[in-house]
Amino acid sequence: MFNLFQNINIDWLGKRKGFIAFSCFIMLAGLVSTIGRQYTPGGTDAFNLGVDFKGGTVVTAKFKQRPSDDDLRAALNKTGINDPVIQSSTDKPDEALIKIPLIEGNSEDGNTAAQVQAGRQTVKQALDTFGAEAGDASLADSPDAAYKIVGTDSVGAVAGSKLRNQAVTATLFGLVGILLFIAFRYDWTYAVGAVLAVFHDVLMVVAFFSVFQWEINLTVIAALLTIVGFSVNDSIVIFDRVRENLQENRTDSLYSITNHSINQTLSRTIITSGLVLLSVLALVLFGGEVLKSFSLALLVGVILGTYSTIAIASPIAIWWQNKLGDSRVKEVLAPQKGEKLASSSRRSVTRRPVTR
Amino acid sequence: MNRTGLWIRTGVIVAIMLIGIYLVFGPRHTPSASDFTWAGIKNNLASNINLGLDLKGGSHLVMRVKTEEYLRRLTENNEAAAVQALKDAKDDSGNPLGVTAEGSTVAENGNYTVNLTLSDPSKAQAAVDAIKKKVDFANWTESTSGNQISFDLPKQQQANLKDSATEQAYRIIDSRINAFGVKEPLLQRQGSKDSGLILLQMPGVENPERVKELVKGESRLELMKIVSPPNPTPVQTYPTKEAALATIGGKETDTRKVLPYTERDDSPSINANTAQDKKPTKFVVVESPAVVDGSELRDAAAIQGRGGSDYQISFSFKPSGAQKFGDWTGKNIGNYMAVVLNDEVKSAAYIKSQIFDTGEISGKFQKQSADDLALTLKSGALPAGIEYQEERTVGPSLGADSIRAGVSASIGGLILVVLFMLFYYRGSGINAVVALALNMLLTIAALVMIGSTLTLPGIAGLILGIGMAVDSNVLIFERIREELRLGYSVPEAISIGFDRAFVTIIDTHITTIISSVILYMTGSSAIKGFAVTLILGLVINLFTAVFVSRTIFNWELSLKPNRERMSI
Repeated sequence: MFNLFQNINIDWLGKRKGFIAFSCFIMLAGLVSTIGRQYTPGGTDAFNLGVDFKGGTVVTAKFKQRPSDDDLRAALNKTGINDPVIQSSTDKPDEALIKIPLIEGNSEDGNTAAQVQAGRQTVKQALDTFGAEAGDASLADSPDAAYKIVGTDSVGAVAGSKLRNQAVTATLFGLVGILLFIAFRYDWTYAVGAVLAVFHDVLMVVAFFSVFQWEINLTVIAALLTIVGFSVNDSIVIFDRVRENLQENRTDSLYSITNHSINQTLSRTIITSGLVLLSVLALVLFGGEVLKSFSLALLVGVILGTYSTIAIASPIAIWWQNKLGDSRVKEVLAPQKGEKLASSSRRSVTRRPVTR
Repeated sequence: MNRTGLWIRTGVIVAIMLIGIYLVFGPRHTPSASDFTWAGIKNNLASNINLGLDLKGGSHLVMRVKTEEYLRRLTENNEAAAVQALKDAKDDSGNPLGVTAEGSTVAENGNYTVNLTLSDPSKAQAAVDAIKKKVDFANWTESTSGNQISFDLPKQQQANLKDSATEQAYRIIDSRINAFGVKEPLLQRQGSKDSGLILLQMPGVENPERVKELVKGESRLELMKIVSPPNPTPVQTYPTKEAALATIGGKETDTRKVLPYTERDDSPSINANTAQDKKPTKFVVVESPAVVDGSELRDAAAIQGRGGSDYQISFSFKPSGAQKFGDWTGKNIGNYMAVVLNDEVKSAAYIKSQIFDTGEISGKFQKQSADDLALTLKSGALPAGIEYQEERTVGPSLGADSIRAGVSASIGGLILVVLFMLFYYRGSGINAVVALALNMLLTIAALVMIGSTLTLPGIAGLILGIGMAVDSNVLIFERIREELRLGYSVPEAISIGFDRAFVTIIDTHITTIISSVILYMTGSSAIKGFAVTLILGLVINLFTAVFVSRTIFNWELSLKPNRERMSI
């Protein structure tokens, strides 16, 4: 048997103040970054929102001879686009991502519907100064063409805010569902601990995105959802162990039982997180430009998800139970809640073919 | 566990695995030898998995029917009709009712109201009755005070009308894209019933400009009488709008309108809006309302003009329209008639003889724009304008790049995971690898079975599902190791390990399934794609990580009952 992390005895809960201070520090940095950026005139926005949420147009163009960023910018400026963002694709040197903000609406009802119509055409108009666009044929098959638009994403302001709201409400409802289920299976204190840990993870990832100005688009939302799933999963594994240990050991304090449970499951926690991290690392390295934001969010989130279970979810669950009364902790958890707890573990006892 | 039970379990697993292999790789036709070659398998795989537009390439358009415009027009039309109805109203004995009204409308902030101020408050009730006889105010809330009558459209009715306007637009767009020949289009309404949102997806269409114009084309055709001396005097035109307006008292009236007249239009676009920079040279005065309009059209087609390269549009009327048109042309021989498209006179001609059911829009159209115009005319007018809210196009090469990146990254990650499992858990690692492979196969098979589409977020869901599958195996193995360390025998440790870990696995899976179901119900289509693959992966994992893996362990125990050590 090849073993790592055996017989570990770390006082995790004793370090909770340090953990919480660390988390607060990161979140504070995120807060400073968002507020600072938002209110600095002429600076960047709090978040680098992609067109999915802010509205605007991204055009991916493939060139035979890719013009320099400055030439592209000059051509776009001529067609009246003032601040285009031009990105190169790391793995494809002949492509350029051209991002233009919402063109202010001039349609009669004052909304920005014209944007979606105009975005691609305006960019095309600018690019036509470098030569003709390849039509329906591929770029290589058109000797006269200089470039070809291989992808566009154009989102109006209304659709952008709708997608944004939908993403936020979906995530929040998902969290409520998790909260209710954990409360039903375990206890309210655990449910709140797990959900706060998840909130913590999402906030921390969002803080990273603000500080480093990584772009937030729809794929980042998918990544955040993945992180939520992963973090809750981690919390439940530990809670499950706490519950089991409480059944078998009614003399130790909750504090030491929780510590013991974290240590018992530590090998699993580290192996699983390590493996997921390996896959995510592969995604960051080979996933290409399209998946970049997604992979980065996952990378940060997976690390935080593991950390928050130990550093946030467990201390909160314990802290709250202590609030319920130091002396009553055992009563609250073992005998009274015992019915529910016992019933679930009794099932596992009866299923067990061997008794101790 | 006895051998029979094990054989049954194995049978179930093999059967499910074969079904999975068939669903993912199997042909949907009578199998031939080529289906067993590498290329044949790849072909079948590609045709079985329904790739989303972001992976396969195509256009994704979200449009909104401007339903508020529809309601505003409805309110204004009803107001005009109500004023007219009072003018024409007769009392019981057949004499004019003798009351007129000044009308106004409110159409903003979600309020749609027709306000009428009567000349004679004592006849308010009679006026209301007369109006309701002629104008459909059935679903409007009516209130009268003094000489004021108002009809207000309640919110519930607004929602219903928005819904039906969207439905109508949906049908028209459907017929347009079908006639245009878009391959395998997906057209569906989105959001709440009154949101007016319609989604159009067109696989393989890289440049949707033409379809976009076609879909939102508001081709309003009207045939109107031109105010002009009859033939042989040439048709009366004016060089400026002001000059034309001067002849009708300075402003347009209910019965007289001034329209631009472009004699030879070679605009390549079917939409008048985009041809704005071509200033029309002349103006004509026409009589309103139109003799007949586009709603009476039976058919329209692009035909080649006599000159050769130019195209024009010929149209024909339904019987009711033909009757109206025939009557009118019979009475107006020698007079000039205008063919008006989107408030622009396309051609003016004098009437040689009575015409019943056919006409022509002349002009220097190109074949493509003539075809598109004929198509939009034929499919009928949209109830309100269309605006695009979201447009995404993915070229096939870009989509293929995303697949390649996503797949190669996933496979790279998977290989690392497999190597680690084999290294760390030795013999039992094989167990995990088998369970993982089966999990991937069955998840994709389930996607194929329910006909779901695999998108980029869907791949993310797949990756999380695999992550949780690995986690289940790690949980079980770590638990077995722990029990072994406590001194249990191999069969006991396996049994306890599975049972204990099972409780945890169930809890983690149900939690994630619950949140995924909620995401599916509330999320946008991208989030839905993520939720579907994740739910499938988790449900299948309960089978592969627990049932399949346990069966393999049991086989090992059954073949070597008295082992004292295990490879884990």
